[in-house]
Amino acid sequence: MRLRSRSLVVGAVISATMVSVAGVSLAWTPYPPTAIDIVHKLAAPSPTHPFGTDHLGRDVLSMIMAGASSSLSVALIAVVVGAGLGVPLGAFAAARGGWIDDLTMRGCDLAFAFPALLTAVMITALAGPGAGNAMLAIGIFNIPVFARITRSAARQVWGRDFVLAARTAGRGDIGITVVHVLPNIAPVLVVQITIQFALAIVADAGLSYVGLGTQPPFPSWGRMLNDAQTFIWRAPLLAVFPGVAITLAVLGLNLLGDGLQDVLDPRLRRGR
Amino acid sequence: MTRLFAALAGSVLAGLAAMATAQAKDTITVGMVLEPPGLDPTAGAASAIREVTYANIYEGLTRIDAKGQVQAGLAESWSISKDGLTYTFKLIRGAKFHDDTPFACNIVKFSYERAMAPDSVNAQKQLFEPIARVECPDDGTAVVTLKRPTALFLFDMGWGDAVMVSPKSAATNASDPVGTGPFKFKQWVKGDRVEMVANPDYWGSRPKLSAVTFKFVSDPSAATAAVLAGDIDAFPLFPAPEALDQFKADARFAVHVGTTEGKTIVALNNTKKPFDDIRVRRALAYAIDRKALIEGAQSGFGAPIGSHYTPGDPGYIDLTGQYPYDPAKAKALLGEAGIKPGFTMTFQLPPPTYARRGGEVIAAMLDQVGIKAKLVPIEWGQWLDQVFKRTDFDATIISHTEARDLDIYARDKYYFNYNSPEYKALYKQFVEAVDPKVQSDLVGKLQQKLAEDEPNVFLFALAKVGVANAKIRGLWYNDPVPANDMTGVSWAE
Repeated sequence: MRLRSRSLVVGAVISATMVSVAGVSLAWTPYPPTAIDIVHKLAAPSPTHPFGTDHLGRDVLSMIMAGASSSLSVALIAVVVGAGLGVPLGAFAAARGGWIDDLTMRGCDLAFAFPALLTAVMITALAGPGAGNAMLAIGIFNIPVFARITRSAARQVWGRDFVLAARTAGRGDIGITVVHVLPNIAPVLVVQITIQFALAIVADAGLSYVGLGTQPPFPSWGRMLNDAQTFIWRAPLLAVFPGVAITLAVLGLNLLGDGLQDVLDPRLRRGR
Repeated sequence: MTRLFAALAGSVLAGLAAMATAQAKDTITVGMVLEPPGLDPTAGAASAIREVTYANIYEGLTRIDAKGQVQAGLAESWSISKDGLTYTFKLIRGAKFHDDTPFACNIVKFSYERAMAPDSVNAQKQLFEPIARVECPDDGTAVVTLKRPTALFLFDMGWGDAVMVSPKSAATNASDPVGTGPFKFKQWVKGDRVEMVANPDYWGSRPKLSAVTFKFVSDPSAATAAVLAGDIDAFPLFPAPEALDQFKADARFAVHVGTTEGKTIVALNNTKKPFDDIRVRRALAYAIDRKALIEGAQSGFGAPIGSHYTPGDPGYIDLTGQYPYDPAKAKALLGEAGIKPGFTMTFQLPPPTYARRGGEVIAAMLDQVGIKAKLVPIEWGQWLDQVFKRTDFDATIISHTEARDLDIYARDKYYFNYNSPEYKALYKQFVEAVDPKVQSDLVGKLQQKLAEDEPNVFLFALAKVGVANAKIRGLWYNDPVPANDMTGVSWAE
């Protein structure tokens, strides 16, 4: 395959690195990420602790690695929830049209009217803090995003001749959606998934920063940032590592999404 | 031209300087970690209530000063009968409540009888239990007769729970506090601050401050930022000890490290399995390294304790050696008690740093002995309701700030459900003992009994780590009782 997009490559490399770091952390980290060693607290980076240690003497590298797995799993589930419910909803609205379409889309408008992160905070405050509820809260906010994008992309497909042909041949709504519509809008969805994935990582970091995401003792990037705050004068690097991790993860996924769009979207491709 | 400019600049500067002196600061904003659930100190256990109201809004017959000594309050003097049973208080003349209710003996009678009543909601009812009756020979004299000699009676009547309340406002004090103190309640912005202003009709010497605001900030980094920015002038129980170096290095701030009566413990639900098993409780005590905990959670501020008593208390004995850090022994005890590795227990963590950060440290230590700790951060109101009131918990980390409160283990119903007839008997002997020698002997025995039974895991005595603007004078550096007494506070020029 010809190299079509530099951002695709860079994004893919960063994302793949993050996924593999998260994968490795499940089996191995330099130290157990929750092991406390008060005597060696706030140590500067050194060969024994490449990223130093935090205020409880935990190895920051191990925490960043474990944090990657918790961030990724929260984001993954959130996107699966959002796409799993949002895509069928949008496809259904597009297939039926009329008042069903209107109702679904106005429902999405209503959901968009609430700031996403605030509502996620509300959901976790009601249901109790924890990784599970964070996934759910972020996931719920992805539903209207996916519903809307699926619906608008699907509407275009529904107007095409081959759909009319399929209908004349006697295929039902579901059949047409599965066989003709979804494959045609797949590129749009894939791009959206990567973008939502990046947003979900930011949302997870935000929620755990305010103490509503992944719960201690299991590390999360957001909470590491929060913990590092009061130590900013004594050990500024403590805030740098999780900050860089979050930035890289989001940057990688956004580049990947951009690149995928370049490659997958036929209209953009023609322009080259 | 240049001269004109210089003259102008000079007069502007002089004007500014004049303005600055004219506006010499006479208000203060005091930071606190926890917001009180109400503002009635006679109807709630949360020490935040007294940290706002004590000596500022409400006063008692006696008061506790910064050194923990008993001073005259609304009683200007008193005499005690030879048998130690009759206290005759001579009351301050001309004192009145913020709602103009005059203070007289009928108020003393009302306040004490209300606290003693069977339906009283006073969190420290035991303080009033020795009182047989209160009589008023005249408006300016109150005679309190006790059932038995009670050595600490004058100290007890200085607690925030024993303040004078007016019959007119007793029912509404929680939201609209009315006392006799030097400051009058102005407003309470829930979730943010309580404001009070100087009381122009105060009976005693007027405070130097014209207004006091208590601001509630539970997040350590937000607290640090607020003090650095000058939004908060003093934070007497500062939640971010790790940021102290920064304040020490800055001439604008003064850092004070003192002591409190805060006995920080892992409170266990003693009736819930498996915490009803003494081996499990002892195992938890062996599994926690107190030194490391203090270092990790409090940046080294605090002193280990081995019982429910702090090193500064009269009759303290050092029991920290009872359960030295010994994970192997903890594991063995857990094995004996039939606790399998991987056993999960839940910790409810209220907002203070000692609990939130301490919880993380303790979770890591328990992990070493095969116990999985599930940490649940909860808000203060929720803690008071779920843990303290409804006793719906496995374990929690909390600091008991009341002075010499060994009695809580002798109560029939208290949130950690410790129930030991031997302890109750010992405590009865203690309160009834007249001989100071016997008393201090019994205080020792009480501590030993607690360390023996380890109903809760005793961790450390909370230090009072305070940060304040260097120009503030008259703050308390120790906390003999939970209080932020603003009566003597002022700004230096």
